[in-house]
Parts: sequence; C-alpha cells; structure tokens
Amino acid sequence: MNSTPTPPEEELTELYRLLVTVRQLDIAAVRWQRQGIIPGYAPLLGQEAAQVGSGYAVDTALDFVFPTYREMGVARAMKVDMVQYMATHKATWHGGLYDPAATHLAPIQAVVAGSVLHAVGWAHGQTLSQHERKPGTGSPVALTYFGDGASSQGDVHEAMNFAAVMKAPVIFFVQNNGWAISVPTAAQVAGGTVAARAAGYGMPSLTVDGNDVVAVLAATRQAIEHCRAGHGPMLIEANTYRLGPHSTSDDPGRYRSLADEQVARSLDPVLRCADLLRVEYGTQAAFFEAVQADVEAETERVREGLEALEPRPGADMFKYVFQEKTPALELQEAAWRGESEHV
Amino acid sequence: MSEQTATAEGTAPVPTEPESHLEHLSMQQALNRALAESLAENSKTLIFGEDVGRLGGVFRITDGLQQRFGADRVFDTPLAESGILGMSVGLAMAGFHPIPEVQFDGFAYPAVNQIICQIGRMNYRSRGTLPMPITLRVPSFGGIRAPEHHGESLESLFAHVPGLKVVSPSDPHQAYHLLKHAAQRPDPVIFMEPKARYWQKGQVDTADGGTLEGARVARSGRHVTLIAWGAMVARCLQVAELAAEDGIDVEVLDLRWLKPIDAAALALSVSKTRRAVVVHEAPRTSGLGAEIAALVTEQCFNVLKAPVERVTGFDVPYPSGDLEDEYVPNIDRILFGIQRVLEHRRG
Repeated sequence: MNSTPTPPEEELTELYRLLVTVRQLDIAAVRWQRQGIIPGYAPLLGQEAAQVGSGYAVDTALDFVFPTYREMGVARAMKVDMVQYMATHKATWHGGLYDPAATHLAPIQAVVAGSVLHAVGWAHGQTLSQHERKPGTGSPVALTYFGDGASSQGDVHEAMNFAAVMKAPVIFFVQNNGWAISVPTAAQVAGGTVAARAAGYGMPSLTVDGNDVVAVLAATRQAIEHCRAGHGPMLIEANTYRLGPHSTSDDPGRYRSLADEQVARSLDPVLRCADLLRVEYGTQAAFFEAVQADVEAETERVREGLEALEPRPGADMFKYVFQEKTPALELQEAAWRGESEHV
Repeated sequence: MSEQTATAEGTAPVPTEPESHLEHLSMQQALNRALAESLAENSKTLIFGEDVGRLGGVFRITDGLQQRFGADRVFDTPLAESGILGMSVGLAMAGFHPIPEVQFDGFAYPAVNQIICQIGRMNYRSRGTLPMPITLRVPSFGGIRAPEHHGESLESLFAHVPGLKVVSPSDPHQAYHLLKHAAQRPDPVIFMEPKARYWQKGQVDTADGGTLEGARVARSGRHVTLIAWGAMVARCLQVAELAAEDGIDVEVLDLRWLKPIDAAALALSVSKTRRAVVVHEAPRTSGLGAEIAALVTEQCFNVLKAPVERVTGFDVPYPSGDLEDEYVPNIDRILFGIQRVLEHRRG
C-alpha cells in the first residue's frame, strides 16, 4: 500500500475517525445546500486524506495555518468548531465565525492564492522573534494550502521566492486535485507537477499520494521538522482528486466523464484507511459502526447549530472595518439605523 | 540585529536647541527622523521594501536606518510589490507593525490585490481579531521629470477602498508628525509622500505636532478656499500670495487626510469664504475633487456663491517630463479657477 510505517493503532484510529467525520460533514453540507440550509458550499470529497493527514500534523499552539475556501477537513483536524467554520457557507460572515488568533487558522480565503504570501510574512515574523523564545525551542511553522489552479498565480511564485530567500519556516502544501473548476492539471501546470518548481527556488519538496492519510501525515511531519529546525521552506504536493463539483453551483458533467470519476473513486482515501486498520490491527466491524454512529451524531449537531445560527447584527458591517472607526462611517451607520426597520 | 545601537535609540533624540525643539529639516530628513523614532519606540516596528536597507532607499528616506537598527528591523526584500504587501499581512498577523515602502507610486499597481483584498479587509474578515497596523509609504505624485509610472496620484483609488486610510503631508513638519502618528495607528494607512517636496526645507517643531487628525488651515483667508494636499499645498500658498496682490484673500486648507476626509473643516472654511476650489494632480474624472465638491455642496449649499471649482490633472496618462508642467495644476490654472468662482453670477 505504501512504504511509510503504519502509525500506532491509537493514532490510525483517530485519523480514521477524522476521515469519516470530514467525509460525512462534507456530504451533509452538499445536502444542506440542496435543502436550503446553506446557500453554497465547496465540497472536498476525495481530498479527505490530504486535508486530515496534514492538518493533524499541526501543533495548534505553535503553528499557524492559512487555508483557502476548501479546507474544512484541515479545520476539523485542528479541532475548529464546525458551526463557526461553516458559518462562511451559511453566508453569515465571510471569514467564518471562529477566532483565527485563538485557533491558529487564518480566516477562510476566497482569493485564489491570496493567503500564500501571508504565510511567508507570518513565518518570517517567527524568525524575527526567535530571540523571544527559549533557546533550543524550534520555530513555529506556517502551513499554507493552495491548489493546482492557484499555482498559476504570480503570488505563489513571489511567496516561494521570498520564503526561500529569507529561509522562512513555511510549508507550501499543494493539493493537486486534478481540476481547477473545469480545467485539468495538464492544461494548468506546465511540466506536470508543482513540486518540480521547488528546485528552482533551492527548496526541497515531497510528492505524496494525497489519498493515503498515513503518507500525507508522514510527509507533513517531515516538512514541519525541516522548518522547525531552521532549514527554510519546503513544498509538499499531495496528488488527489476532487470527486465532487468545484462548488454547489458547478456541473462537472460539462467537462469530465463519469468513467473518469469512477477510476478516481477506486482510490477512496476513507476506504483505504479502513482497510489498513483491518489488515494491521484486525479492527472489527463494531468499531466502524461505532465511529459511524458518533459521526452521524456530530453531523446532526452541526446541522442544528447551523440552523440555529442567526444573522449577525447589521451594525457588524460598520463595526469591523477599522479598529478606529472614521467619522464618515459613523455617519453612514447612523443613517442606516435611522432608515432601517431591522434595528 | 545590533542590540546595542537599538538600545541607544531607545530615548527620543536630543533636540539641537533643547529650549526650542525647532529644527530646519528637509522632508526627507523629517521622514527619516520619524522612521528612526518609530523603530526606537516600538520594537515590533519593521521597515522593508526594495533597496531600503543598505542603499537607504532610492530617495534616501530610510538612509542609515539599517546600520542603526540592524538588518532584522530594516531589510531589503526581493523585487516584487505583491510579495512585499502580502508579507506585511502575515507580519501584522504575527504582531508586528510593518512600514513597507513601495518604491514609486506606479509600483503599487502590482500589489493592488494584496492592498485592497487583503490589507483592507483582514480586520473585517476576522471580526477585528487580526488588525492590520500597516503604514504603506508611497513616494507619490509628479513633478520630478521621472519615467513612466513614477508620477501617479493614487489617492482616489485607495480612498475608495473600505478599510484603508490615506494621508499625505505637505511640508517637513507635517511629514514628521503625520508619519509618526500613522505608524502608531492600529489600522492600515497609505502614506503618500510628495516626492517633489522631499528636498525643500522647513521648520519642524519636534515637540509639538498639534492635532494630527483631520485637515489644517495652512493660510487663513476670507474670499475663497483652496483645498489641496501633498505638493499642491505649497503651490496654493504661492497662489495665495499672488492673489493677495490683487486684493483677493485666499484661505488654503491642507486636507492632510484623504480618508477620512475632514468634512467639518471643509464646512467651516467654505461657510466663511462661500467659494471653494479643489486642486489636485490626479486626473479629473472620479478624482477626489468630485468627492470634496459633493461634501462642500451637501454642507454649504445655501451659502455657496459659485459651484465648487476643480483644478486638476487631465484624464490622460501622466505625461513625460517635457509635458509635465502642462499637466500638473500650475499657478496660472489655479488663478483662473479662483477667478471663475469669484466671477460666477447666478443665472
């Protein structure tokens, strides 16, 4: 299956639990969109191992993660509250309602490749404040996610070059899911891989089977160790497949065949982890049934939480533009209050 | 970094004349002083950009700062503006107060995505948990016979963006105090330096900056208000002297903050003079003059003797040096503007 040593049973069990949770939440979110509970969602179906394996490796007290709009699996692995995370998909607040400073997960980012440079800045900041840490303490690490499509953005080049020049502790985690909405990787990534570009920046890279949660976890831990030790940035390209549509507004039938999707389904990351548990640890059906029951209960709690989530007060529009609100904004807020029936 | 020099900078510089706090400085020197003191007063303040380290910046605004504060606090970046501004976001998230430099106004365009979509929105997106105390220094406006993209006026572009504040000093005293003030703000500030005024000297009172919010009356007058900022303030003051010879008493309002605009100061001045002329280098259409005209009209409609006049650059790309003086509002064009509001008769 892979050359990576199998993790201890407890850890593999936890990884499996996370994979199933994320799978279930993801499928449920699409259902909730169809039911009108949330207006839109960007499914990650097929990418669970890439997200859980990498997110699980993060030390959330130390490191900082910079997601795109499709990293629910990372967020769940980091123990971010799923109602607060999903609030972005309920159109409650763009960045979600979780506290980025407390969770160490940056706000959900809708600009493709928008936050890759932020990770470099944050990471360089850790180098600059090295003297504030106890001697011998490794550097906190920034982990930034982007896809094969985003790799075409100039900001990704700038970020990799800056990080390599400054030896910033950043992991560039590429989820190559085969599709940038409708455009396949072959029409997107010259040379075929993003990982190959790392050499041009003098930066090591790892290419990993993104559907193998054990391999992704091992690769991410290796990269974290590299960055903590002060060896500069590293790139991981996790090859996976976006089994679902780009978003709930997308129709993959217009650009790929069901046969293609069937091939990809045979690599299902959740089933592979279950197989590994059975083979390595003789895990019994009762365990899998119990996990399924727990996950369904959690999914139900998230649904209830989302349904109970009220719109933010309109005053929030004005409240968070600045730390120091301008007089013009105060006037506009007063006018809005005076002319609104909803306050 | 050089710890010992950083400590030496820990106290405010001793004025050359302790009893007066008055110094004769160029704007370049005043800005350099303000940056040095900002670095000394806040260990989280960082300066970075293209050539700001060893070289001290192409305009020497950061001259000597890397030697004094070390290469951790003042450093050169690779030559990529989006990278500089995107990196600023991450540094702000890590608790730093970045003062990045974009080498010339026109070089801000490659960074517009990071400035508008990220710096302007991160505080909002994060519901106030990730403030962006970033002061972006931009050598701005025209007047130095520079190549293309070295003479842009970006104020209305940035003033239009929610989440950004915009300020432009007009003289060394303003430059010193406004830059120190901006660097202490918890919000992003685009600091537009009038590069044509870098080398003119003026009196700087380092002890007393007065109020640093809002506009200031640069010259008091009774007949007409000239509203300007940056390099155009000095030109308007010249115009005021010339107009005085003809018995026209001109008030010059140095707007300073282009976002937020000091609407109350506009109302106060124009209620008195009943005539207003806005002067800016930027192209006319959708320039800040239109916003100012609207603010004046909303507040002073009943007392205005004439429509608000605009003396501006034209709706053309900023021209080559040979044609620069034809483009940037000059003394004659401003005098014509004054004449038009003075001679206006209601139909």
